Amino acid sequence: MAIDKVWVLAEAGDAGPTPVTLELLTEARSVAGTVEAVAWGDQTASLAGALGEYGATTVYDVGDLGGALPGVPVAAAMAALISRGNAPDAILIPATYDGRDVAGRLSVKLDRPVLTNVTGLVAGDSLSSQHPLFGGSHTVTAKFTGAGPGIFVIRAKSFAAESAGGGAAAVVATPVPESGASNAAKIVERHVEERSGPKLDEAAVVVSGGRGLGEAANYALIEELAKLLKGAAGASRAIVDAGWVPYSHQVGQTGKTVKPTVYVACGISGATQHLVGMKGSKNIIAINKDQEAPIFTVADLGIVGDVHKVLPALIEALKAKG
Amino acid sequence: MNIVVCVKQIPDPAAPAALDPATNTLVRTGKLIMDDSDNYGVEMALQLAGGDGDTVTLVSMAPGGETSGLRTGLAMGAANAILISDDALAGSDALGTAKVLAAAIARANPDLIVMATESSDGYTGTLPVQVAELMGLPSVTFAKSIAIDGSSVRVERQTEAGFDEVVCPMPAVVTVTAGVVEPRYPSFKGIMAAKSKPVDNVTVADLGIDASQVGAAGSGQEITDVSEAESRGSGEIVVDEGDGAQRVVAFLEQLKVI
Repeated sequence: MAIDKVWVLAEAGDAGPTPVTLELLTEARSVAGTVEAVAWGDQTASLAGALGEYGATTVYDVGDLGGALPGVPVAAAMAALISRGNAPDAILIPATYDGRDVAGRLSVKLDRPVLTNVTGLVAGDSLSSQHPLFGGSHTVTAKFTGAGPGIFVIRAKSFAAESAGGGAAAVVATPVPESGASNAAKIVERHVEERSGPKLDEAAVVVSGGRGLGEAANYALIEELAKLLKGAAGASRAIVDAGWVPYSHQVGQTGKTVKPTVYVACGISGATQHLVGMKGSKNIIAINKDQEAPIFTVADLGIVGDVHKVLPALIEALKAKG
Repeated sequence: MNIVVCVKQIPDPAAPAALDPATNTLVRTGKLIMDDSDNYGVEMALQLAGGDGDTVTLVSMAPGGETSGLRTGLAMGAANAILISDDALAGSDALGTAKVLAAAIARANPDLIVMATESSDGYTGTLPVQVAELMGLPSVTFAKSIAIDGSSVRVERQTEAGFDEVVCPMPAVVTVTAGVVEPRYPSFKGIMAAKSKPVDNVTVADLGIDASQVGAAGSGQEITDVSEAESRGSGEIVVDEGDGAQRVVAFLEQLKVI
């Protein structure tokens, strides 16, 4: 069975579709003849231009969800489209908060499993997916068996987004079937947290801290260095688990994937959990007192030293340069 | 109020992980421990179930009747546990596992089901929502905080921009991220008490599930290849002699970042 049609779950960002949406559309074009998008919200029509430019011929517009979390209604609308005979061969879903909800709900509705943490796709008779294992030292290739669309949940930055120069996608209003009790969770208020610098997953420089910082208060050094380098501050899972910094800062397997020009790992040992989220960075600088730390196996510049000495000196030096 | 916490018993992440070359699945022999990620769900549930008559039940699926990880959660204060252990479950994918857990959870008749956002070993991150869909329940994932508000839960849910306040009637499935509460260490008394807390052992047949729907037989996905990835070579590693910061500055200048 060749791959004829692929759907991409499209998410809206601050201005147009999110970067990962465009990455998935680009990859979808290279594995399938027809690419279609599924989107929700009250601004879908305004996304049609960019979605079309990146290769979608059609966008199924689930519309405004009335405060419901997207997982249930969007999956229900997709399953209804499929049951009406409009099934794609594969569905590409970004590994985001809402994307994973949609994937889980859809999986049960279609009685199909989900392949998650996908970082590559291989087109053949059927579509195979590639997954990093053990922090990326190995690559697992997997595929779906049996009939029905394959649901792939794909990590951001797995593919480069490239415009296809296409015209706007046709917007097709897509109703949400009644979903009963499962659709009862409602958003009552949205809180936007102020961010002074660039987004963690879009920054050209990322400075991350780990357990080697010793205590939560020392994370201020990471934030200060990030600010001086006009970058974003990240964290290892260890200090997120310890409650030093919020989950939104976490880089790694269970957190964000980053691929900045420069990644500075401070007091991070480099557990596989962390490496998988940052080893795609263009340049890696590691500062750690343990010479045997695995982070040095991926570092372009490794400083075997005490972060409590190197970081303040580095901050002073950068300030002196103005 | 009855709260169920799903607990995964996994090989110690500190021990080297390995794949079974015959099946390409993770080797799960040896002692299993409670997934670190589940500490937060157990702690959250214990804090929410503070009233008289409130109970916390652990639900876990593991091979070989394994309970060592469950005992950790029981020692923290959970009242009892349901363990699904059955040779037919070997090789289950997340959807198959969700079917088994959903059936087992229903036995505890919970008002609230708490799970980790994702496990530390398999980390598919879809299982909690699959369980919710199978049970016909609403779900709120990536909770930073959970409060009981009458017959609803009020959840602060992580978003890209910040967080959403979500209100959800119970019963419901809520997943918590790590670090949202500080898990207690089991006391000596708790560890001793855990040894005699009830663990209900159930099989796939007990749950009324057809064995062909689960395990490797029921899985709709297969691994076709495992290969070594191209490794990233390491560069210059130097011991700080007081010049570490200057070396970093020089490297950043060379990259034209500063």
